[in-house]
Amino acid sequence: MHASFTALATIAAAVLTAVSAHAQQPVKIGVVMSFSGQFADPGAQIDNGIKLYMKQNGDTVAGRKIELIRKDSGGVAPDVAKRLSQEVIVRDGAEILAGYDLTPNALAAADVSAQAKKFMVNMNAATSVITTKSPYMVRTSFTVFQLNEALGAWAYRNGVRKVYTLVSDFGPGHDGEAAFHKGFKDAGGEIIGQARYPVANLDFTAFLQRAKDANPDGIYIWVPGGPQPAAIGKAIAERGIDKSKVKIMGQGELTYEDALKSMGDAGLGLITAFHYDYYHQSAKNKAFVQAYNAEFKRNPDMFSAGGYDGMHVIYEALKKTGGKTDGDALVAAAKGMAWESPRGMMSIDPETRDVIQTVYIRRVEKVGGALVNVEFDKIDNVKDPWKARMPK
Amino acid sequence: MFWRGYWFGAETMRHSRAAMRGTGETVGGPHDYLQAQIRWRNIEIAFWLATLAPFILTPNYLVLASQIAITALFALSLDLILGYAGIVSLGHAAFFGFGAYTAGLIAKYGWGEPLSGLLAAGLAAGLLGYLMSFIIARVRHLALIMITLGFGLLLLEAANSASWLTGGADGLQGVRMWPLFGLFTFDLWGTTSYWYSLVVLFLLFIVSRRLIHSPFGLSLRGIRDNIIRMRAIGAESLAHLQQVYTISAAMAGVAGGLLTQTTETVSLGVLDFQRSADVLVMLILGGAGRLYGGLIGAIIFMVARDQFSGINPQYWYFPIGILLVTVVLFLPNGILGGLAQIAASERWQRWIRPRVPRRSLLP
Amino acid sequence: MITSAFGVLFDGFAYGMLLFLLSVGLSVTLGMMNFVNLAHCTFGMIGGYVTVTLMNNLGWPFLATLPLAFAAAAIASVAFERTMFRRLYRASDLDQCLLTIGLVFVSVAAAAWFYGTIQQPVNLPSYLRGSFTLVGVTLGVYRLFLIGMSLVVLLALVLALEYTRFGMQVRAAVDNQRMARGLGINVDGAFAITFALGSGLAGLGGALAIDIVGLDPSFALAYLVYVLIVVSVGGLGSIGGSFAAATLLGISDTAGKYYFPQIGSFLIYLVMVGLLLWRPTGLFGRR
Repeated sequence: MHASFTALATIAAAVLTAVSAHAQQPVKIGVVMSFSGQFADPGAQIDNGIKLYMKQNGDTVAGRKIELIRKDSGGVAPDVAKRLSQEVIVRDGAEILAGYDLTPNALAAADVSAQAKKFMVNMNAATSVITTKSPYMVRTSFTVFQLNEALGAWAYRNGVRKVYTLVSDFGPGHDGEAAFHKGFKDAGGEIIGQARYPVANLDFTAFLQRAKDANPDGIYIWVPGGPQPAAIGKAIAERGIDKSKVKIMGQGELTYEDALKSMGDAGLGLITAFHYDYYHQSAKNKAFVQAYNAEFKRNPDMFSAGGYDGMHVIYEALKKTGGKTDGDALVAAAKGMAWESPRGMMSIDPETRDVIQTVYIRRVEKVGGALVNVEFDKIDNVKDPWKARMPK
Repeated sequence: MFWRGYWFGAETMRHSRAAMRGTGETVGGPHDYLQAQIRWRNIEIAFWLATLAPFILTPNYLVLASQIAITALFALSLDLILGYAGIVSLGHAAFFGFGAYTAGLIAKYGWGEPLSGLLAAGLAAGLLGYLMSFIIARVRHLALIMITLGFGLLLLEAANSASWLTGGADGLQGVRMWPLFGLFTFDLWGTTSYWYSLVVLFLLFIVSRRLIHSPFGLSLRGIRDNIIRMRAIGAESLAHLQQVYTISAAMAGVAGGLLTQTTETVSLGVLDFQRSADVLVMLILGGAGRLYGGLIGAIIFMVARDQFSGINPQYWYFPIGILLVTVVLFLPNGILGGLAQIAASERWQRWIRPRVPRRSLLP
Repeated sequence: MITSAFGVLFDGFAYGMLLFLLSVGLSVTLGMMNFVNLAHCTFGMIGGYVTVTLMNNLGWPFLATLPLAFAAAAIASVAFERTMFRRLYRASDLDQCLLTIGLVFVSVAAAAWFYGTIQQPVNLPSYLRGSFTLVGVTLGVYRLFLIGMSLVVLLALVLALEYTRFGMQVRAAVDNQRMARGLGINVDGAFAITFALGSGLAGLGGALAIDIVGLDPSFALAYLVYVLIVVSVGGLGSIGGSFAAATLLGISDTAGKYYFPQIGSFLIYLVMVGLLLWRPTGLFGRR
């Protein structure tokens, strides 16, 4: 049985190779992320970024047509994401994996990328350790350590001495906590209290009350995109936490566009560290935002940037390899790539295959009647510090 | 006059019981009944042969096939307590997840041998089931439903909180399985996974079948139908309930362990309410209390979900909900029950064999 | 320390009141007819979405939407009761569970279809926002409003039960259905009205809950668990039981999150399982 199966498989493979040698097959890219459930909107934004890039740059690269196969992982579901990534390679013949909005899903799919030796572009999931799980993976979003360690150091430089930290209880949240603590403590600050809230939590009153009771001069909050930032903003106002006395700092998701609309004036004065905002003042970004609005009737966000830049990496890598989709060739082509993205200058670190970019420090202000994140400080060429500290 | 009434009654009873079984045979004693049930019918043999079809017909879908086999095993374990003993459980995923994490942790901390890991998963879940059975056997109705639900949720939250052990929302990292029998690796294509899951399913199915078609199985059905009467006739209903619950928990644990081993990953989704609810739906769809009901339900549910998810994943629960409502209102015994009713109905019987006039006892 | 404990008590009590509004209907109808209605929170969800639609699409003020949330949920429940639930009053627990779970699934998918899966934002009027400090304790204005509303409802329910003829009929039906029928009480009619009222209250609860716990299609399933906990711990058919259980659970949940954030959310299930083991019919249960 075993022998005849192998024979059959060999014949089938030979036939397929012969067939594929004759025609220039399309490059199939499996896009695995959440199109439904709680994280459907981020997924849609990543997809929009992908679509806009393809619209602006055509759907043919190095003589081969790009074909996207979308698979819905439906939220935090590592086993589903792994199975879908496996299926898109085995069943649908995908040669590149892309997407991965959530850390657990990206970690599980990394196994598939490593085993099948397929190029994988992580367009969002931000925990530092992810890129170490497959030698064929690059990331085009950011890492939590990159942003938050810089924020911690910045906080101390700007007068904050005692901080209470509150983070979400999963990979990126733990990273945020560790990163901020490292940056802040190394600069000389003191962490006077810390807590982790459940991933799906929507009622922050108890947690914020505890933070307020600790009497800090800064509260650091890590929260992922979705419904929670607005809930936090409202709870901060409801608990009566005075932002002029207590600096409230966090990662950019805390003040993303929809959250600001929802929390209203309660969001004024929130300080965040991030890599992309639609309000970023550069010619390239203004053009990007305009094109995005024309196409999708809304502003882009960091998810859109991740998708857009991810496609850029795929296109440029394919151009360099002349259309070959072999995992080793593509990842070698991607290493060291540098370009100007709507977010600013960015590059792919040849050592870690992770993203190197500028970290902006922003404050929420009212400009022309609307609440926006105004950049008032920045740190250039930030590598992922967590991996930089790992023994080689 | 009395005589005629008696015979009529007996004849009617025999007729209706035979009609319900769909065989038309006359009834003998309980041992003859069990002997008749335990023979393998042709349609069963055909079913098991058909499970080998994916290897040849759809070799790209073996990963899905092994997931179906695993889910079918899980549904079978629920059938033992729901279909045969009448215990309504809204939290059976607790045992599935407990087995899954046990197998995952064993593999993560160095022992990646599949079979022993699976055995450990089953034993661990069985032990948990044994402990729970003390409570389960003593409560009924809403309190039972709530306790099973509460226990499932409790275990989920505990796994979430104990993220130092379970990996929390990120899932367990580092689960690496050794090749099965030292030869067959768990590869991307799922060939080994499907063989493994299918064989385990088949073996445990045979065990369940033996169990059901035994005096123990009959007493379970008695408990399901009328527990007070069972106690009145002296059957050890409490002990039997505990035994079947433990066995069911162990089987669910094996199913969970299989999932971990074939996917080399485990996360909180193995413990959530959705999983408990889904398996309940599958069982009801196929028909509880018929051994094959869970298997058929699992196949239909998983295949439909796989196809439908490609088109519109977030609206998947709409047709499932409609189906559930329809089944409860119009097809109370699920698909297999409906088929059995059709098979036993007079019209069908008339179709397949000529009507033999019954021996009349009237002068 | 004392002030923070008081703050926790207040916040927990407010959360508990929300759970009370959501659960009291189910407790009474379960006690009366023994019908396991797992679709109870669907009515809550309907109320929530009615409020959201009226406020965001039609510009209604928040308070004006509340009576409509109540009415919409009540009407929907009557429709379900007439067409489907009636047929299963004598059916097994399992069948009732399955039918109502099926309805929950359908409602979740329908809500996702019509409203999408995102959290629905609700902009409270300014007089309901913010907080004020009293002896060092921060009291949220909205939470005060919630407590106020729930106490009014509680009072209304208790008065209706004790002092009206209809209330007497309901109490009789809960105590002994067969006897009540034997005495000529129209149990089915009383049940229909009680069911509508209970579901309407759930709708009101759902509308009030949006600001505290958000609203998205998974509400029907996610809050079902808490409601079932309140009902089973409090005892079927008991308004006082629901009140006590809701308060207990709301405070445990909030206290858990405040004092033990690590295990906070898991405390609530431990409390439930423990209480049910001690008293399977609930704290104030009759059967």
